[in-house]
Amino acid sequence: MSVEGQALAQEAARARPARRRRLEHGRWTPLFFLAPAVVTLLAIGLYPMLFALVTSFRRYNLTRAREGFPFVGFENYGRVLSDQTFWDTLLLTGRFFLTVMPIQVALGLLIALMLHRPGWGFMRSLARVSLVVPLATTYAVVGLLGNLIFNRNFGVANQFLSWFGFAPFDWLGNPSGAFAAIVIMDVWQWTPFCALIFLSGLSMVPIDIEEAARLETKSHWALLRHVQLPYLLPGLTAMLILRSADVLKLFDMIFTMTRGGPGTATELISIYIQRVGFRVFDLGAASAQAMLLLLFTILLSRLYIRIFYREIE
Amino acid sequence: MVSRPAARFAHLAGLVLVFAFAMFPFYWMVSSSFKDQGDLLASPPMWLFEPTIKHYAEIWADQKVTAAIVNSLIVAVSTTALAVLLGTPAAYALARFEFRGKSDLWFWFISNRMISPIVLALPVYLLAQSLGLLDTHLVLILIYLTFNLPIVVWICTDQFRSIPPELEQAARLEGAKQFDVFWRIYLPLGLPGVAVSAIFSFIFSWNELLYALVLTRRNVQTAPVAATSFMSGYELPWGKIMATGTVIVLPVTIFALIVSRHMIRGLTMGATK
Repeated sequence: MSVEGQALAQEAARARPARRRRLEHGRWTPLFFLAPAVVTLLAIGLYPMLFALVTSFRRYNLTRAREGFPFVGFENYGRVLSDQTFWDTLLLTGRFFLTVMPIQVALGLLIALMLHRPGWGFMRSLARVSLVVPLATTYAVVGLLGNLIFNRNFGVANQFLSWFGFAPFDWLGNPSGAFAAIVIMDVWQWTPFCALIFLSGLSMVPIDIEEAARLETKSHWALLRHVQLPYLLPGLTAMLILRSADVLKLFDMIFTMTRGGPGTATELISIYIQRVGFRVFDLGAASAQAMLLLLFTILLSRLYIRIFYREIE
Repeated sequence: MVSRPAARFAHLAGLVLVFAFAMFPFYWMVSSSFKDQGDLLASPPMWLFEPTIKHYAEIWADQKVTAAIVNSLIVAVSTTALAVLLGTPAAYALARFEFRGKSDLWFWFISNRMISPIVLALPVYLLAQSLGLLDTHLVLILIYLTFNLPIVVWICTDQFRSIPPELEQAARLEGAKQFDVFWRIYLPLGLPGVAVSAIFSFIFSWNELLYALVLTRRNVQTAPVAATSFMSGYELPWGKIMATGTVIVLPVTIFALIVSRHMIRGLTMGATK
């Protein structure tokens, strides 16, 4: 250790206890700073949730308000759990996730690799910046736009199809077409999310390691598999968890595009709960469904925290 | 094995394709907003057409749209201001103090990011109804805090942590009060993070539909609700819908471009940087 270094170390050693003393704070100081945010979040976030929990144990149908809202124990939960439509919408939500996620991960990775590859500097920055546009677009407007793009008569999607020699297709008028349409809009909006996460993973690979590997092998696959993959995995885990929470939340885009239809072909879980609550006005059952949804969400977020914020614990 | 020039060309073509893929729906919305109704209903759709600003004049004259945009602005700005006001002191405490239950509190803030709005929309609707708060700005401003407050707390905690503690020590030695330290050191020096979190909070509030749909009626309809409400009737006013969509999306897109470097941090609560 150099003389200078020793001097610095000594100084640091002297400074440390002093610093601890100086940064001491009164017992109630953190409370003073935290209370406004915590109280607000308790009042607007936790209190309604408890209210929903209570509602889920009552018969709470707004169209039959005259009968009152008696407590009925687990009746709502029993009804929800034996309700085939509830399970169907959950299954559909799962199917939606399993359809969009692989596409978004594959396309996202491809895009990230292209953005990471040297060359064409201007076009690369342009492409990277353009990825922000889908992410910022108002979800409700994405749905309205989907309505126009996938219109049977004058939609541009059918024009694209015709260029490849396919016949026009009534996208939003039939179940599989409508499902495909919401998948495409979701892929458009959220592939950039995956691409940007992968890109930041790729840029964490130390440059000398990557260059040494490039000298060793010409195979992009080997480079990806052995050098870059370890840096991509945390991002992949993050997007899997966050996207599944997002799909459970997904409402705006589908509501403005298909309202869950035709029939129930695109009725994902949030759309279904909204229908039971605000179009059938069975708030007891809707609350029970919301509580079950909340349970999934809490499990997801515990998982997320367990994986990504370990260092703080 | 592909030759190098071919690979280079494929790379360029890929990048152009990415750009086109990302921009196309946006381009289609903006161009449709300048089309005459006749051109909009043309089949196959027209790529070249005579632009008209008729639909913008129409929404400018339509009180429903202008009022909705004003409502959206009021709600988004107020909720952002409140989130910053309440969130930054909490972020300071989380960044600099040690206390029991700190990590639990931190996780609680973060897990709000995951909660589906429909879970809260039902009870908040009932509560707002009994308090006479349905169809008021206040109820939206407050409910939007459930997702804005966590984002402000998260981004600002991260920012405040990067401020050297020596500054605080020096200020404390000179007898500064705890609150002055926060107000005169952390807030000004952490301003970039505060600004980024405010922009995120604005974007999320501006884009929100579900709460606005459920909790408002005529008086405080926000812009996304107004745009959605045009989707009824036999012949849809596509030009008007797309013009409204453009007016809604344009400001948030500009904001998003400003914070584009932080986009992923904002969306993942910092799990990936």
